[in-house]
Amino acid sequence: MSKNHINFFLAAIALLGCTAAYAAGGAVADEFKWMTFAVFGVIIAITMAITFWAARSTHTTSEFYAAGRSVSGIQNGWAIAGDYLSAASFLGIAGLISLYGYDGFMYSVGWLVAYITVLLVIAEPCRNIGKYTMGDILAFRNDPKKTKTVAALSTITVSTFYLTAQMVGGGVLIKTLIGIDYEISVIGVGILMLAYVVFGGMKATTWVQITKAVLLVTASIILVAMVWAPYGFSLPGYLQAVVGDSDVQKQVAKLLGDKAANMTPEELGQRFLEPGLFLKNPIDQISLGLALVLGTAGMPHILMRFFTVPTAQAARTSVIWAMGIIGGFYVLTLFLGTGAAMLVGPDKIASIDAGGNMAGPLLAQFLGGGEQSYLGNFMLAFVAAVAFATIVAVVAGLVLASASAMAHDIYVGVIRGDHATPKEQVVAARVASVIVGVIAIIVGIMAKGQNVAHLVALAFAVAASSNLPAVFLTLYWKKCNTNGIIAGMVVGTLTAIGLVMVSPNMTYPKAVIASANKVLNGEPAVPAKEAQPAVERSSFMCELFALEGCVTAKPAQPATPEKAAKPGAAEKLAKLNEKATALETSLPTIADVVAKATAEADLAKVKKDIAATEKAKAKAEADLAKFEGQTTSIMGLEKPFFLLKNPGLISIPLGFLMVILFSLFTRDKRAEEMWDELYVRQNTGINAEAATAH
Amino acid sequence: MSNSNVNWAAIDANPKFQALHRKKTFFLWGLMVFSIIYYFLLPIGAAYYKELFNTKVWGVVNFGLLFALSEFVVAWAIAFVYSKKANAQFDAMAQEIINDVNSGRIK
Repeated sequence: MSKNHINFFLAAIALLGCTAAYAAGGAVADEFKWMTFAVFGVIIAITMAITFWAARSTHTTSEFYAAGRSVSGIQNGWAIAGDYLSAASFLGIAGLISLYGYDGFMYSVGWLVAYITVLLVIAEPCRNIGKYTMGDILAFRNDPKKTKTVAALSTITVSTFYLTAQMVGGGVLIKTLIGIDYEISVIGVGILMLAYVVFGGMKATTWVQITKAVLLVTASIILVAMVWAPYGFSLPGYLQAVVGDSDVQKQVAKLLGDKAANMTPEELGQRFLEPGLFLKNPIDQISLGLALVLGTAGMPHILMRFFTVPTAQAARTSVIWAMGIIGGFYVLTLFLGTGAAMLVGPDKIASIDAGGNMAGPLLAQFLGGGEQSYLGNFMLAFVAAVAFATIVAVVAGLVLASASAMAHDIYVGVIRGDHATPKEQVVAARVASVIVGVIAIIVGIMAKGQNVAHLVALAFAVAASSNLPAVFLTLYWKKCNTNGIIAGMVVGTLTAIGLVMVSPNMTYPKAVIASANKVLNGEPAVPAKEAQPAVERSSFMCELFALEGCVTAKPAQPATPEKAAKPGAAEKLAKLNEKATALETSLPTIADVVAKATAEADLAKVKKDIAATEKAKAKAEADLAKFEGQTTSIMGLEKPFFLLKNPGLISIPLGFLMVILFSLFTRDKRAEEMWDELYVRQNTGINAEAATAH
Repeated sequence: MSNSNVNWAAIDANPKFQALHRKKTFFLWGLMVFSIIYYFLLPIGAAYYKELFNTKVWGVVNFGLLFALSEFVVAWAIAFVYSKKANAQFDAMAQEIINDVNSGRIK
């Protein structure tokens, strides 16, 4: 062990060195960079100390995969929250609320409700039956080699999609916040995460997740208290201020475009608290909800957490604590998001990151006193460090899930036929963790610049369409058997992936080129249009697929006035530059103080517009160069064939159907005979795996 | 645990286990169906009942916002109700069955 410890501290020191050496750019001004690194250093040091302590008691397989089943219900609840509150939910939801108001908040709800499924049907039975992985549950009354192989493949697929999304999101986040190169941040996250997993196993991972969850919740409570206190913690009073804020009103006007023409400022502000600014397709919304609510219960790294507690009762306690923490946090996002919209302003948030991911950190900076203050930058650094810890903790949980599927299910279960000494098993688990970790780092770097939203959608959709039907029907349906599970998992996974590949999530060069051309060459004038009657003819299939002869239902359209032509980027730039030069030459001659200040403000605004136009022009040019000569997506489509962003509505029922049909067609006597044992065990806990370390 | 030769079929057929199974099934699926329906009322309401969702109820706070917040309360309430019931009733019933198996009353 001592050799391991030395190695991992060397790795930690190397990482701190890297972070310091490669800093440049970002949301933190250079003179405050040292503070960011100090805060990062402290948080990394704390988690390293935890790993050092956990590593001393990680010798057996049970200790490595399941922390010796000695985690208490409350601890596990915090760890689940730490595992679940990924960068996407921590930064992403606050960002969506800051840009789109109510619709952003709707995301929070589904992510919490998901735990009802986990609580009612998954947590306790899994704890009573499983050992270390999802494969253990499926193999209980089925052919262990076949089911473990399929379960492991599905686990690795889901984890890889989610892992890549986290790595890419994390790399971009750290780059935007403090300016460390993307590649370096991905490698940093990877090395740290490997240190936790390889040396400390599940115990270190659990405690890192607990630490991170406590930091995250504390930081959020402080920020929300600072935002809400001036309104005496009154909900209507606070939201009244949000509705009355001019930045918020401007944002809604921007989102609504022409429709905002006849609205008063109060109406615009109020619209921020109403649905429909972001989520446009209700069926897509329901499909996403289905994938979220059922996918969480099929996430391998969440399932794995229930093997760490000593009893089924503790599993129940842990979900209840997790629901309290996660739900409480998501309620706070309402204030973080609207607070950022009101105090920082949607324009500024979107200018630093188009997806709004910087809303929380920027709010922290503002509340601490702004860009030039020590406290403001300290608070930004703290939130950045928590975000960093978040990514590392979530990634560690995912790597542990994939590594256990590889080592425990495939290597020990399938290749060695369950005949491996405990020592060999631990070595296999550590080797598998290193392999998965290195792959994660490589994939993370290769996926630079990719849109990660579809990877998250895929992870949840595959988990809901493949893992959940298999686990659920194994636990609750007597006739479920090996063939059913294999068919369900294979079809569920392939359908989910296949539908996403032809969905609007993919890049369609034709559309990208068209919009790039619009930016560069401008848009022609649009003549006035008469009011259009509503189109009602639309079948359900037409809402899902782009089929021939489909007419999409549309509400009645009001008449629109003539729209002037929009100039191209070059023309726009020339005009702006002319204006800037005129202002610059006139400035020295203005004697009047007020007029001078106005002219200076105008100049600043024009300069900002020039920068924005140049950025848009550069992006359009890059897009044109990137997709030159291409007209179709990698699937050979000019436009999406499947119209929903989330495939859950189709792939989840299909996954369930396949398990049921194949189980019925190929009855398995042994699986049905063992049903009594499985059902009695899952309800009573007789013969469940006991705790091995205390 | 020393129950390597447990007669699972006998436990399954035991009236005490059957009673536990019935109670749990009814309770769990009832809660599950209710929570799923309640959850999907949110996206459906936001998409198809905009006027209701936009109705101001409490200052600028509209029905949709209160409904979204109520989803949290309902989720927590389900967790609370379930844990109460499981701790008070299901665990005791399961423990009784385990005791019967260990003492040889179920063979």
